[in-house]
Amino acid sequence: MNPVLEVDRLAVDIRTPAGTVRAVREVSFSVRSGETLALLGESGCGKSMTAQAIVGLLDPVAHVAGGEVRLDGTDVLTLPPAQRRRLAGPGLSIVFQDALTALNPIQTVGAQLAEPFRIHERLSRRAARERAVELMERVGIPEPRARAGAYPHQFSGGMRQRLLIALAVALHPKVLLADEPTTALDVTVQAQIMELLRDLRTEQQTALILITHDLAVVAEQADHVAVMYAGGIVETGRVADVFAKPRHPYTRGLLDSVPGEVARGTNLKSIPGSPPDLHAVPSGCAFRTRCPLATDVCAEQRPPLAEAGQGRMSACHHWKELADD
Amino acid sequence: MTLVETPAAIAARRTSWWRLLLRDKFACVAVVILLLVAVSAVVGPVLLGDLAVKQNLRAVNRPPFSLDDGWAFALGSDSLGRSVLARLVVASRTTLSVAIPAVLISLVVGSIWGMWAGYHRGRRESVSMRIADVILSFPSLLLAVVVLYVFSPSALNIILVLAIARIPIYLRAARAESAELQSRLFVDAARTFGAKSWAIIARHVAPTVLPTLFTVATLDFCFVMLTESSLSFLGIGIQPPDMSWGLMVAQGRQVLQSAWWIAVFPGLAIVVTTVSATVLASWARLAMDPGQRWRLTLPRSRRKEVKP
Amino acid sequence: MLTFLRRRITSSAIPLVVVILGVFCLARLTGDPANLYLPLSATPEMRAEFAARHGFDQPLLVQFGDYLAQVVRLDFGESLRTAEPAATAVLRAFPATLQLAGATMILAILGAVVVGSWAAYRPNSVADRVASFTSTTAASMPDFWFAIMGVLVFAVALGWLPTSGTVGAAAWVLPVLTLLIRPFGVLVQVVRGAMVSALSAPYIKVARSKGAGEVRVVFGHALRNAAPPALTVAGDLTVGLVNGAVVVETIFGWPGIGKLMITSILQRDFAVLQAAVLVTAVTIFALNIVIDACYALLDSRVRQGVTA
Repeated sequence: MNPVLEVDRLAVDIRTPAGTVRAVREVSFSVRSGETLALLGESGCGKSMTAQAIVGLLDPVAHVAGGEVRLDGTDVLTLPPAQRRRLAGPGLSIVFQDALTALNPIQTVGAQLAEPFRIHERLSRRAARERAVELMERVGIPEPRARAGAYPHQFSGGMRQRLLIALAVALHPKVLLADEPTTALDVTVQAQIMELLRDLRTEQQTALILITHDLAVVAEQADHVAVMYAGGIVETGRVADVFAKPRHPYTRGLLDSVPGEVARGTNLKSIPGSPPDLHAVPSGCAFRTRCPLATDVCAEQRPPLAEAGQGRMSACHHWKELADD
Repeated sequence: MTLVETPAAIAARRTSWWRLLLRDKFACVAVVILLLVAVSAVVGPVLLGDLAVKQNLRAVNRPPFSLDDGWAFALGSDSLGRSVLARLVVASRTTLSVAIPAVLISLVVGSIWGMWAGYHRGRRESVSMRIADVILSFPSLLLAVVVLYVFSPSALNIILVLAIARIPIYLRAARAESAELQSRLFVDAARTFGAKSWAIIARHVAPTVLPTLFTVATLDFCFVMLTESSLSFLGIGIQPPDMSWGLMVAQGRQVLQSAWWIAVFPGLAIVVTTVSATVLASWARLAMDPGQRWRLTLPRSRRKEVKP
Repeated sequence: MLTFLRRRITSSAIPLVVVILGVFCLARLTGDPANLYLPLSATPEMRAEFAARHGFDQPLLVQFGDYLAQVVRLDFGESLRTAEPAATAVLRAFPATLQLAGATMILAILGAVVVGSWAAYRPNSVADRVASFTSTTAASMPDFWFAIMGVLVFAVALGWLPTSGTVGAAAWVLPVLTLLIRPFGVLVQVVRGAMVSALSAPYIKVARSKGAGEVRVVFGHALRNAAPPALTVAGDLTVGLVNGAVVVETIFGWPGIGKLMITSILQRDFAVLQAAVLVTAVTIFALNIVIDACYALLDSRVRQGVTA
């Protein structure tokens, strides 16, 4: 089966007071219908920027500097704005992180949920409202008919996140991006939201791109994972493979820093140093200054994301050393 | 994504006030103009006092921009043959000697009151804010009109009315900032050491709040100056034979058709002065805000593009 | 909603009560009220007779009771000049001011919404420059001088517009334009600021992610969120509009309350002045209630007393 979304060498630049910096470089990945791809990385690594570039909602200071985003084979980046808007909802859709600010504070949630139907299916106010109520019921809002007339501040954090998800899946998108959908929520609510997302993905045969910094979420939810560091993808593969035997030193560092089956008393490992400032990304491999395997070649050549075993890729000159461990 | 502090921003913080001011051409010009007005208000009446009232019936309604009758008539003469230039310079003292005391009184009273209200919160705060609301919800010109009707329209009364009308502006600003400050840790720390509330306000609250208040005062200077001019123009402010820019416009209005310059130049003087104060205030607002100061190191045209 | 309105009415009534009290105190406590009501040439016998007829020789509390009863009945005494009831003179002038102020506010709000939204949507565009230029001008332009310059250019020099009067559309141009600059300049900046923050809010991204067109995003989502702060300022501006109306009506001979006030001051007609001030205060009070009601209709959080 062909992938529904292919991102090909995507690059995003940001203008800052001190000049233009590249926040996302050469990012490529693809995802199939009914599958979940996790985009994993620390905050500031460019994963949210990637998501916003895909759906065309970058902030004014940022712009796509190159690459393609193909939805069913068509590059959406080159589409005229009107055609692109037609895809927003039924084609590509996104769930934002902060559900309180992502809902319009002065409109009833019913009106906000009805808006996709009003825009794309040109439904009447009443019919769209009816669909909105169905949608609220589907995402598990109790008494949806009565609650449709309420305002966002009258809902709890978990309920607001459900509303935001309802909004995103209203038109059965081919690809659904979820940008840290559970970060702001309690642990118990997190599990419910993830379950809802998974159910909807299966039900609507949507391709789900899950953007997160949480290794546990990736392990539980995703089929494939793409690990990002300093604006680029450093490793991709099936979650089980990557987590069992990482083939990039950054991925291994991340996994080692999780308190899992470590014996009591031993120190948790952490990656030395901190992610680079975008104004001063090291030459060659961006990770080399923090990498235990770094050699001279790492400073000279930027390692491309290349085949590293069955169905996996790694952007490391030394991935074989990791594989042989 | 959070932007890391750039080298430019760090450098900007080290640049001194003067360097920052010199980098901004508009702010520089504004300062020069304000200094010029101040100097003419201080020394002008001494030098030109006689000239401003000396009638010269052979040089009545002379048009401006001609040096035939000497430099004193460079801006023309009025219907009694008095030099418009000299009258402008002399009137600047009246205008400033109403505006500056009024601003200072409201600044001092309003900010002390506001800091006190904000520091103590509770009833003292809410009563103070209520009073501010009452004063602000009433048109300041009407207040002045009634008061100046009942009392006589002397300069002192005008100053007092304007000062009272503007106190709420500083009261509100000072209260907001000091209420925010009094919940901070360093104020708490001072309190646990047993410092008296006035000592804390003077030591910790005032230094933080004052820069904002000075910016507000610069802007408010325009408002006060305009109100005084309006009152004088309407005939209930500065009374002849004293001179003020607003009064000069009123006098020029009578002869607008035949001698336009008599009304135009004093108005222009008001505009130039207030625009300078506005420009200076907006410069000061940027300069006083550590998070915005780096913008001043950019050329004007680029300031808006980069949003934090 | 009803409890909300009741709460707002009681709190906005305080300034009104203060004004009524203030006028009473000013009139009675600053020497002989007969001085205020009677012409300067009045004889002592006339003054005594006047005081007795109006109960000025009664104890203050009794006087205050009478005064309140008069205010409620809109009985402010008779005009010295025309001997008609002061209230009649004020109510006759009232519609002219209301029309002028109404036309100005409608134009100011419409203009500020269009230019301000456009400026926020496209930084550094023509609209953005218009917005920042007019707001600087509004803060520093003396309105009386602006009006006179308008008269000088368009009435005296070009002869396109009349210098005064209320008949015909041409007569409205200069008064409305003069009155417009300040509220427009302030509002356009407020709308721009509110729209910039509304347009950068996450819910705008969400609206775009639904495939909403730009018109829907700007007017359906951003503008409705930007409206409450603009409305708050619009309330303050109506207060300021009274200041402007006094000046504009005087210059253009507009037969409104502002002109009436200045005339009654210059002719020392206290009964009319008092009536005009009180009617204005009541109007401002009523307007604030209307604005608060609009505010609450726009934002459900205000209605329910949630602090956002």
